[in-house]
Amino acid sequence: MALQTGSADDSGWFRQTREDDRIVLRFGGRWTLEAVGRHDQELRRLTVADSGAARIDISALDKLDTAGAWAICRAVAALQKPGREVDLIGAQPAHAALIERVRACEAAPHSGRRFANPVLVMLERIGGRMVMFLEETRDLVGFLGQTVFTVVHSVLRPSRIRLTPLVSHLEQVGLNAVPIVGLLSFLIGVVLAYQGADQLRRFGADIFTVNLLAVSVLREIGILITAIIVAGRSGSAFAAQIGTMKVNQEVDAMRTLGLDPIEILVLPRVVALVLAMPLLAFFADMMGLLGGGVICYLMLDISISQFLRQLNGAVSLWSFWIGIIKAPIFGFIIALVGCFAGLSVSGSAESVGRLTTKAVVESIFIVIVVDAIFSVLFSYLKI
Amino acid sequence: MADEPVIRVRGLVTRFGPQLLHDGLDLDVRKGEVIGLVGGSGTGKSVLMKTIIGLNRPAGGTIRVLGEDPLSDDEAAVRRLQARWGVLFQDGALFSSLTVAENVIVPLREHGPDLDDVSPLLLRELAAVKIRMVGLPLEAAAKYPSELSGGMRKRAGLARALALDPEILFLDEPTAGLDPIGAAIFDRLIGELQKSLGLTVVMVTHDLDSLLAICDRIAVLVDKKIKVGTMDELLRDPHPWISAYFHGPRGRAAQVQAQAGAHAAALDETAG
Repeated sequence: MALQTGSADDSGWFRQTREDDRIVLRFGGRWTLEAVGRHDQELRRLTVADSGAARIDISALDKLDTAGAWAICRAVAALQKPGREVDLIGAQPAHAALIERVRACEAAPHSGRRFANPVLVMLERIGGRMVMFLEETRDLVGFLGQTVFTVVHSVLRPSRIRLTPLVSHLEQVGLNAVPIVGLLSFLIGVVLAYQGADQLRRFGADIFTVNLLAVSVLREIGILITAIIVAGRSGSAFAAQIGTMKVNQEVDAMRTLGLDPIEILVLPRVVALVLAMPLLAFFADMMGLLGGGVICYLMLDISISQFLRQLNGAVSLWSFWIGIIKAPIFGFIIALVGCFAGLSVSGSAESVGRLTTKAVVESIFIVIVVDAIFSVLFSYLKI
Repeated sequence: MADEPVIRVRGLVTRFGPQLLHDGLDLDVRKGEVIGLVGGSGTGKSVLMKTIIGLNRPAGGTIRVLGEDPLSDDEAAVRRLQARWGVLFQDGALFSSLTVAENVIVPLREHGPDLDDVSPLLLRELAAVKIRMVGLPLEAAAKYPSELSGGMRKRAGLARALALDPEILFLDEPTAGLDPIGAAIFDRLIGELQKSLGLTVVMVTHDLDSLLAICDRIAVLVDKKIKVGTMDELLRDPHPWISAYFHGPRGRAAQVQAQAGAHAAALDETAG
């Protein structure tokens, strides 16, 4: 007569039996998470085919945890149907209290994550990103306006310009960047000359390696390498510094004291980078040419005077100026995007990291877009 | 067994550089009690708790939790121990990339029985039970920690700490940052859970109301050592810091409130 389900061992077990038209479910042993995990599938299949009262007997329980209590509550719910009560008997006081506690929390399981139609999710994401992008662009333009306004304001009242932070930032973003900018530009010059020489030698046009080197380094490579290094070095630093201040509520404290965070935090950084970038770009140009020159000398046997003569013929002064003119503009963009990201930090330390990354990616992106616009513009002006 | 303390700390010495935080500190925590750990700022309350749970290596002394050494090199023993305690950090310390339900499932997955045995559905059900048990609405299960208020994050952290039905619950300033009503409700929640789940609770707190409401004994960190006693015993203690702490205006207010029974009444009112 005993309909046996569930296995009996020293940990948790359960048996379903019939006694006088009554379904009896006995639980015994140690009903902890482990036992529940093992018997979960069997318990889930528990159904009641016919009528008759039902009883759950837990007098043989040795140990019960919340997982076990949940399993028992679920069994009670499974046996219950309209017009039939399930009585739970044999509970020790501690177990009864625990079951009562869990029963009060009984709830439909929740998936934990929200599932939705993937196409809709995709569309929603595209739309959301688009709106976010437009909003950010709007905010960035607003921030640009605020910054320009503050710059003009400060220029009109030069006594308000704080020299100490300006000099300190100049040191950090300018002077301290010199070694890395110089080294990378030198290496890029080496690579350019090396690759150029390799190709041009086939046409016997070795000497034009100098032209290639001069035009590309002076017009584009020097300033772009500088901008990318500065964005990674200083743009991220600006975002992280200001972002941390935002998290510490230093920015709020400034506002309550009547200090303008744009004037105090943004202005010195922007001015420092605008001043430092042309100097760094000039240094990068020189180092790039030097690197290329070394390769020309070693590989193509182009002497120094030959190199200089060729260089003079290859580029006009304008080629040099085109690179340098872009420098303060790129510096302004990098500083602006970095500071904007820093001030957009809200609340958590996590957002500092996210916005720092974003500042770097965004400033490099904008720098390259603006560079492309410059190229079109200069070719239109036939410079 | 009842005489064997669940946590036994002997001669603990903690040092941060030249600064000596604990010097020969002893502490016994009995099974099934709620012990409050108080002390001035910078006396190393949280450090003591971190040391007991093995996050901080002391310069000297021995620690036994449930008879085992949380700092032992035996990784299996430490893992077994980790499954037998739950820790609630100050702001919940929920994993920010996971939803609340997933946060609660993490310890179940990590320390529960073999994964093959436990179906994902069961894990989610158990997580839902824990989430409801700490008084969160079920909708909170699918939310990310950043979408929750401070009080809800604490509750979610408590649900995660309780996921494995631990024997010991460590709470680091559970009511800090909560409004008085929220703090009182949280106190009561801990008290209820402690009774129904048979927990031993160690809580670092500054909240005198909490101490009065749910703590059986209070451990005071003074002079780099610990003085343990019930509220009544500590009230009679002549030590200047202890007396200033319990007889200060805040201490008195909390006692008056507790004695008048206003405390319990207020709780019922707010809970209702």
